[in-house]
Amino acid sequence: MSIAQSVLPAAEERPVRRGLFARLLRRPSAVAGLALLGAILAMAALADVVYPADPLDMAGTPFLWPGADPDFPLGTDMMGRDIAAGVFHGARVSLLIGGVATLVSLVIGVGVGAIAGFFRGRADHALMHVTELFQTIPPFLFPIVIVAILQPTMTTVVLAIGLTSWPSLARLVRAEVLRLRDGEMVQASIVLGLSDARIILTHVLPNVLAPIVVSASIMVASAILTESSLAFLGLGDPNIVSWGSMVGAGREVLRTDWYVATVPGLAIVAAVLALNLLGDGLNDALDPRQNRR
Amino acid sequence: MALVVLGIAVVNFFLLHLAPGDAAQVLAGEAGSATPEYMAALRRQFGLDQPLPLQFLQYLGNLLTFNLGFSFRHGLPVLELIGQRLPATLLLMTASIGFAVLAGSALGVVAARNAGRLADTLISTLALLFYATPVFWIGLVLVVVFSVGLDWLPVGGMTSVEAGYGGWDHVKDVARHLVLPAATLGLFYLAIYTRLMRAAMLEVTTQDFVRTAVAKGLKPRRIALRHVLRNALLPVVTMLGVQVGSILGGAVLVETIFAWPGLGRLAFEALFQRDLNLLLGILLCSSAVVVVVNLAVDLLYTVLDPRIDFAR
Repeated sequence: MSIAQSVLPAAEERPVRRGLFARLLRRPSAVAGLALLGAILAMAALADVVYPADPLDMAGTPFLWPGADPDFPLGTDMMGRDIAAGVFHGARVSLLIGGVATLVSLVIGVGVGAIAGFFRGRADHALMHVTELFQTIPPFLFPIVIVAILQPTMTTVVLAIGLTSWPSLARLVRAEVLRLRDGEMVQASIVLGLSDARIILTHVLPNVLAPIVVSASIMVASAILTESSLAFLGLGDPNIVSWGSMVGAGREVLRTDWYVATVPGLAIVAAVLALNLLGDGLNDALDPRQNRR
Repeated sequence: MALVVLGIAVVNFFLLHLAPGDAAQVLAGEAGSATPEYMAALRRQFGLDQPLPLQFLQYLGNLLTFNLGFSFRHGLPVLELIGQRLPATLLLMTASIGFAVLAGSALGVVAARNAGRLADTLISTLALLFYATPVFWIGLVLVVVFSVGLDWLPVGGMTSVEAGYGGWDHVKDVARHLVLPAATLGLFYLAIYTRLMRAAMLEVTTQDFVRTAVAKGLKPRRIALRHVLRNALLPVVTMLGVQVGSILGGAVLVETIFAWPGLGRLAFEALFQRDLNLLLGILLCSSAVVVVVNLAVDLLYTVLDPRIDFAR
């Protein structure tokens, strides 16, 4: 390994992480994204402390408008459930589902992309056909059908989102791996007799980390959107409170008490906006071309 | 392309067998609505007593003869149901994509020409917001504002049945019903096209032929429209092909909210009646729409950029 280290170019130690946080903090949109995300993470973490009761239980008089009662700052819905409690607990559900589903997508997408790009030829051909297939089946319709067939639970929702949102990441990783494949670093590793798995894991993937990180934050955002859309249609776990299901429930009283549907929606916008801003910021901070501007 | 279509059939077949109970129960809609004789006939028709590979061949044979099964809930063959609902969805899709591409491109051009100034900041912020807003929530807010609050536009449906309009009035009536659903579905894509167009315009502006145009003394407006815009349109067209599938998915939400009688609404109904075979038929046909549109986009590409030639 010591020979490998002296022979291999220092490319794998590109200053990707050095000062990344500092560079991120210089971008106002990234700072806004981080702050928003921090607030939502805090809500998720403190949900049990601030609102220990089940958010699906009746807590007060139904149809209290936001601000009408200081005990219920965001009001109550038609069943007398505390909307603020729902928003706090919903943060936990959304972040959890978004995070785990993205993890599933990352494993599939990075795996498929790395194998296709590294081995090329037949493996690449076959895997790209599968990718194309998954890109052809309408993205939102596909998880709907999966959840409908398997019955909605937290696990099936996570799987349905994770199994259907990896193709663009796989293409991205494949393109990057193809570029590195003929580079000196990989060629040197092959000459040194390192195993394929080792080359991919220790030399190729670390260099593709930057675009993966950027995609991951955007993927969490779109996973949260998909989850809330599924829940809005009634395809969420009926035993947990979700921002999407809150909006869906509020739809029935839209004419008179529109705040029931709109307030949880704002939480979704905030979470997705935060992750998109962070993704944009990471993209700029990790892209060396941007530093000149 | 043919491989992808075959793959979609495989995925559908797999999903059909993933459902609890055997496929005959799924095909019959729900337990109880079909007679035992029909169930037995179904099992025979789909060869459920045979090994899986044979079953798959039979399934493929049914697909090739456009037999997608029968929906008990609706009392109609699945293909006929889809045929009835497809036009409404295509109308909604075309309207919202048209709105998104035209308005999005225009906003992107304005933002790029004023890069760094107030107009750019405003447009970019707006695009960022729309990009983060769930489609169903936009729909509800638009209903609250424009239907309930201002009472300008109808809450849902495609026509005013009670009015019984004919001819030109009918067209105007449908158009009035179309505004809110198309805007709801389109705003998310408007955000994408705005961002894409802005980035593409800025990218093309740095190229040599634009500098030449400036050196020739052409007016900035003419350069922006004739030289930059034309080249910046290519990524927009590419995006169009990529987005079709996701727009079809979004149509489920929009059509549910606005009671728009299209494929998405049908999918939602099938979902709640647990008419899984109908749902799978919709998935299959939507995928087919995506394949066809992508083919059309590829052809459009060769028209827009003569350098691209598929007769390799």
